[in-house]
Amino acid sequence: MTGPAIFLLLAGLGAIAWVSARARALRLQTAARASGRRDAVHSLPGYHGWYVALWTLIPAAIFLAAWTNIAPGLVTQDVLASPAAQNLPADAFSRSAVLAEARAIATGRQTGAFNPLSQGLVEPYRQATEKFGYAGAALALVLAFAGGAYAFTRVRPDFRARTRVERLVMAGLLIASLLAIITTLGIVSSLLWESFRFFSMVNPIDFLFGTKWSPQSAAMGYGNEDAFGAVPLFWGTIFIGAIIAMAVAIPLGLMSAIYLTQYARPAVRKWMKPILEVLAGVPTVVYGYFAALTIAPALRDFAVSIGIHGASSESALAAGLVMGVMIIPFVSSMADDSIAAVPQSMRDGSLAMGATTSETIRKVLIPAALPGVVGGVLLAVSRAIGETMIVVMAAGLAANLTLNPFASVTTVTTQIVQLLTGDQEFDSAKTLAAFALGLVLFVVTLLLNIVALRVVKKYREAYE
Amino acid sequence: MMHEPQTLKAADTTTKMTARDVKVFYGEKQAINGVSIDVDMDNVTAFIGPSGCGKSTFLRTLNRMNDTVASARVEGSITLDGEDIYASTMDVVQLRARVGMVFQKPNPFPKSIYENIAYGPRIHGLASSKADLDVVVEKSLRRAGLWEEVKDRLHDSGTALSGGQQQRLCIGRAIAVEPEVILMDEPCSALDPIATAKIEELIHELRGRYAIVIVTHNMQQAARVSQRTAFFHLGELVEYGVTSDIFTNPRQERTKDYITGRYG
Repeated sequence: MTGPAIFLLLAGLGAIAWVSARARALRLQTAARASGRRDAVHSLPGYHGWYVALWTLIPAAIFLAAWTNIAPGLVTQDVLASPAAQNLPADAFSRSAVLAEARAIATGRQTGAFNPLSQGLVEPYRQATEKFGYAGAALALVLAFAGGAYAFTRVRPDFRARTRVERLVMAGLLIASLLAIITTLGIVSSLLWESFRFFSMVNPIDFLFGTKWSPQSAAMGYGNEDAFGAVPLFWGTIFIGAIIAMAVAIPLGLMSAIYLTQYARPAVRKWMKPILEVLAGVPTVVYGYFAALTIAPALRDFAVSIGIHGASSESALAAGLVMGVMIIPFVSSMADDSIAAVPQSMRDGSLAMGATTSETIRKVLIPAALPGVVGGVLLAVSRAIGETMIVVMAAGLAANLTLNPFASVTTVTTQIVQLLTGDQEFDSAKTLAAFALGLVLFVVTLLLNIVALRVVKKYREAYE
Repeated sequence: MMHEPQTLKAADTTTKMTARDVKVFYGEKQAINGVSIDVDMDNVTAFIGPSGCGKSTFLRTLNRMNDTVASARVEGSITLDGEDIYASTMDVVQLRARVGMVFQKPNPFPKSIYENIAYGPRIHGLASSKADLDVVVEKSLRRAGLWEEVKDRLHDSGTALSGGQQQRLCIGRAIAVEPEVILMDEPCSALDPIATAKIEELIHELRGRYAIVIVTHNMQQAARVSQRTAFFHLGELVEYGVTSDIFTNPRQERTKDYITGRYG
């Protein structure tokens, strides 16, 4: 029996359970009311319906989820026990190859067999799959009936179905939030595990402090020494994300926040702020080709015209400038919040002493808002160093350790993309290096976020 | 009723500010209707009246702090030493240096005590050297009655002081710019009785050196600190006169009702 059919059947059962339980509750409650026991009626009939329907569906659904994980193992066992499996090769590798081929043919993903042995196993496979499919469906239906019947017997006028449904809803919400947390933990643990494998091949000291990055040479068999020094990557990331991008984003973001909060008339602010925020919604790949196709060639031509050597068409400056523009709304909205959080009385106090608006901003508002602005900038930095698309398209791949903004540098994220795209073997240091880089990036951005949020929080408390 | 100017002309006083037929609007809503009043140099003037009567709004027209509210509009004329402060040639920044203000809630800047006082003199270039500035800071803190309490911790944060000390710091900050008029908008409403007594004492000491206008909710306070009292009701100036007359022998029925606690 196929998956969709079972689901349809279960949904139908659930609907029937809902309707019949509701009808039964309605009938019982009407009877209870007629006999004058008003207080004996607890929940609305609809809640009884939901209670029984959930009891019908949830046990069956849990069983099916478990069954899809167990069934393939049972099918394989069944096939191996069949007479056709007696002349399978003894070694595990070719044995599983034959089995995989037979399964592919049985499920219709493959039409002909390369190995004559697997042809003989197709029929046992088909039979076993069908057998366990039916068994699973039957068990699910039995469970659905059992659950539904159990709940149905509990439908009485004073049964607290409403409270039970509430509890189930809460459990559902709890599971939803736990899933997000568990996923995060899973991602972090896989990152840790693969990084651990990498560091068993490459010395962490060499990785963190080495200055030569050439994973290709390691992959081509020249050994892992001197190939995984990530310092040029770290420098490139900091150069683009924390220096060039911030040199653009901090002044522009701060000034636009000051204009919008202090000078702009409400009418101007009303259309200008949303437009600025649209910048944050532009997909980063669009920024990427803007950087790669427009800014980078223009910068190279400019650099060449003023006689700078080593100007590349994939320059740190191009990627950094465009990333800075991308970050502006981020810095601006954080600064906007911090400046707006400075009490109006500070501003009044300064103006009442004969200070001009710009004096008030420079000497009172900015110093008072500074912690919040710093927090916003740290968040922006963490965003910038994790940004991938712009640097992949505009920053280049050469791991140079240079101060020249017109030269090509590479970043951590670019190299991760580079290491993991295409066909890769998952046991080489070259591939695993991506996870180690990811781990470094994760730790750095996590620290930045923690520090930034603490700074912002402490500052908010100061004015509450 | 008519809004004829209610002014007190006494030979021994010098008029510092005059207001004639002042009307204030917030958008469509009128907050002040035809107020005319003279503020003189030698007396403390108190504005009293129930909440929402417009006394604070009127006070804020005297140094154009209402300019910071986008929807506010002022009609009529207000002069400082005979000069129209709403004239287009008037420099608002200079006006506010001459007409200082102390607010309802103490609002020291999140800087040191020293920097709070030095803020105004720095902006207006009143001190040419560090030594000069030290002198200005000490003089202002002495006048504000705060010097003895803070002289050993001038570089501590102004926000770490008690509420009453913060308010005296704000008065000192206003004094440091050498204003001619000091406007106080319910300066004691956030303070305890002891801190209030200190501020009232300070107002007595400052009288004569600066023209002082104080808005207050508290009639006893008006009686204690002022020599002239103006009673506001529903955006109008109901009665203006010598404080002792207003409290013992009000001419208007509305004033009498308010004084005796009939409403407010």
